[in-house]
Amino acid sequence: MEKIDRRRFLVRLVNALSAVSVSGCDALSQSERFVQLLETAEGVNRRTHRAITPSRAMAREYDESEISAVFPTNGTTFPDDPVYRELAANGFVDWRLQVGGLVRRPESLSLAEIRQLPARTQITRHDCVEGWSAIAKWTGVPLSVLLDRVQPLPEARYVVFRCADPMNKTSFKYYESIDFEDALHPQTILAYELNDQPLPIQNGAPIRLRVERQLGYKSAKYIMRIELVDDLTPIGSGRGGYWEDQGYEWYAGI
Amino acid sequence: MITNPGPASTASATEVTSPRRPWRTFRHPLPIRIMHWVNAAVILIMLGSGFQIFNAHPALYWGERSDPDRALFEMKAIKTEVGQLRGVTIVLGRAFETTGILGASRNSAGELKARGFPLWVILPSGQWLAMGRRWHFFFAWLFVLNGVVFAVYSVMTKHFSKDLMPRWREFLVSGRALIRRVMGQTLERPTIEKYSPVQKLFYFGVVFVCGPLVVFTGLAMSPWLDAAFPWLPSFFGGHQSARTIHFLTASAMAVFTAIHLFMVVATGFARNLHSMISGWYYVSKVNRYYGKD
Repeated sequence: MEKIDRRRFLVRLVNALSAVSVSGCDALSQSERFVQLLETAEGVNRRTHRAITPSRAMAREYDESEISAVFPTNGTTFPDDPVYRELAANGFVDWRLQVGGLVRRPESLSLAEIRQLPARTQITRHDCVEGWSAIAKWTGVPLSVLLDRVQPLPEARYVVFRCADPMNKTSFKYYESIDFEDALHPQTILAYELNDQPLPIQNGAPIRLRVERQLGYKSAKYIMRIELVDDLTPIGSGRGGYWEDQGYEWYAGI
Repeated sequence: MITNPGPASTASATEVTSPRRPWRTFRHPLPIRIMHWVNAAVILIMLGSGFQIFNAHPALYWGERSDPDRALFEMKAIKTEVGQLRGVTIVLGRAFETTGILGASRNSAGELKARGFPLWVILPSGQWLAMGRRWHFFFAWLFVLNGVVFAVYSVMTKHFSKDLMPRWREFLVSGRALIRRVMGQTLERPTIEKYSPVQKLFYFGVVFVCGPLVVFTGLAMSPWLDAAFPWLPSFFGGHQSARTIHFLTASAMAVFTAIHLFMVVATGFARNLHSMISGWYYVSKVNRYYGKD
């Protein structure tokens, strides 16, 4: 009898404790203050990572034999946007990349013109925030080459990538942003080739960004316009990217 | 952290010199008690948020890549011919039906949904990867900080060398004691002051092997740190291998926690809980003379 009571007591205790902790954690996840506290870790992580890493530290590059048989497609696979679909139907010959914002010489480049610029090819690993990884060969123009041409103004702090794909959860289209630490990194490229073939639509044609030291969502696909800004708060919901606006970290080095 | 080994465990190496047990004994100094409870909360949060993160891609691989056809472990939901959802867990190519727990489990409305780990172990208790990551990467700092302070403290106070470090001699001694007990030659009793060699092995393993391993495999998954320290993921056999080891180590820590909780309950829940709150372990009348020869 005593044993049964004890067992019942323990089961009740465990149930009560788990109910309290589950609802407690769920309530904390809804509390603005607590989430702000959790978010302080992002800044600590970014500063710590950057403090211990030489700014030219390169993401590992692989051998051809290590390339994934299939590079997964994630997120948008064909932007549901009439302008984009028309450009795609024409093989992107009418597409032009606009580069503007806080720059001395705004530019507008066609795909053919971008292909004329110095190129970099790299075989790198793409780590998705979900947990999967795939290796692929990317060819494109280093973003630093493009930035040299447009000459950023001294007050420019971020490079914002405006994309063609409308997203379900917001009225905004996909966008992303990086700072100059990543923008000037040699492996940060605007890729127009995947595994020696023109970039397929499901992987972000005509060009996509590659930010090799951060998670996949930073490497925006379907880029239409590049803007240099000093402040991210007026764009979208103000957190620097589509997924950032959904609560993901702007610093996606983890 | 100590639990009474109880009559079932093998005898400790420490010979009982006093014929009579004290009625209470001081077990856990304040810093240890604080670190224990901080760690208890942090581990539960790290496991819950870790399962949440894992649910975004509930499969494990070896090497750098996650080739879909080469998963070592996978949880998924399949639809039967009559349209029912079934949870399936595939371990090294062998499939097990795990409906209700892994692969497919019920939501608060009672409907089966495709989901790796069930809602009642993930934090927060709904599919919310972004929030799981926020919890995980905040409390990871507390986990490391608490662990480092514990390591430094236990080395400085000799808690490590006296109480935690398993020694071969103890296993020999307790092995011999076990044989003697089996042969009926003597009946050696466990002591309440010291950890048994098995306890030492478990505590040492979870704190000084699993702890660093789970931290370094966690760091190895960061693409940024991969660029800074390419040897880190390579040491574990690649990015996805590091993820697999991270998951297995965390699972081992979860199993340890379950065994630990079971032992706490099985060897006198109230006394054990009391000793980790106040520091004092009260010996019952029966146990007080238990060590008497």
